[in-house]
Amino acid sequence: MSPTWVQLAYLVAALCFVLALKGLSTPRYARLGNLVGAAGMALAVVTAYAHGAVHNGPLILLAVAAGAVVGVPAARSVKMTAIPQMVALFNGVGGAAAALVALVEFVEVDGSALFDVATVLTVLIGAVSFSGSVVTFLKLQEVMTTRPVLLPAGRFVGAGVALLGLALAPAVVATSSVPLLVALFAVGLALGVLFVLPVGGADVPIAISLLNAFTGLAVAASGYVLGNTLLIVAGTLVGASGTILTRLMAQAMGRPLANILFGAFTAARAAAAG
Amino acid sequence: MIDLLTIFVLAVFVGFEVVSKVSTILHTPLMSGANAIHGVILVGAILITGRAEGGPELALGLAAVFLATVNVVGGFVVTDRMLEMFKGHKR
Repeated sequence: MSPTWVQLAYLVAALCFVLALKGLSTPRYARLGNLVGAAGMALAVVTAYAHGAVHNGPLILLAVAAGAVVGVPAARSVKMTAIPQMVALFNGVGGAAAALVALVEFVEVDGSALFDVATVLTVLIGAVSFSGSVVTFLKLQEVMTTRPVLLPAGRFVGAGVALLGLALAPAVVATSSVPLLVALFAVGLALGVLFVLPVGGADVPIAISLLNAFTGLAVAASGYVLGNTLLIVAGTLVGASGTILTRLMAQAMGRPLANILFGAFTAARAAAAG
Repeated sequence: MIDLLTIFVLAVFVGFEVVSKVSTILHTPLMSGANAIHGVILVGAILITGRAEGGPELALGLAAVFLATVNVVGGFVVTDRMLEMFKGHKR
């Protein structure tokens, strides 16, 4: 268990995140909300460093500095029209980070079955979010076609990969095997690509929003892995609000969510039938 | 474990509640702000790297710290830029 001052700092940070989301929902306080969120994040990160960086302190600072050197100019210089794909990319690296955290913890600690379940969830969802976000980025950046991509027999490939994931997940929990977990990570990557490929141009932002909620859930699951309440609270907040937001966005565009995600599949089926 | 589950369930409801009345114009900034908040995985990345004793764990941990930092700082900066643009529109 962490000392009391660490827990208190995490509580304040969690409150900041709730206020940030609340502020971001009203035009008047949106910008303030974002700043409150950033302040909460700064508090959380400084606390984690002060309490947790027993070893490798300088290396961690170096990695943070490198991340800032890459992230800030990217966010500052991106064209306004290119912001959605930038958000997708930031979302993707967050998902990848969650998967890596769970993977390292899995290697270092020999935990209970429940711990293994949370690890499996984090790695799988994080991988889906990462590769899915990269594909949405490529679509919006027009590196690849923005039209729905239909693989021949795509539904069967997707179902096959999903089944493989369903088979691997309990195997990882049962054996605590690291190679199997890495294989599951690869399955997650494939699933993410297959999930986003059939989504068409105008619907891509909604897919980004859903992947954003996914990353939130991955972070929450990693909170179970590490026994860290702040990760659970913040990840769950994003997962829940992201899900609602995804629905609202779909409604605003007058498209039921299921249509967007599976629209290309049903269209293909209709074309085949007709 | 039940404690953590309680926290999880309560946070789900808070998450539903805080964004239920968002106006359409704020959808994208809210998504971006939420995106920055899940960058809190940086806390987890720092904690595991702080325990790592060299080897692949250290390398993977540092990679996680780097990626999570990009998520955090990029997320907050890009959200602020979007909201700044809105302010300009209104005047």
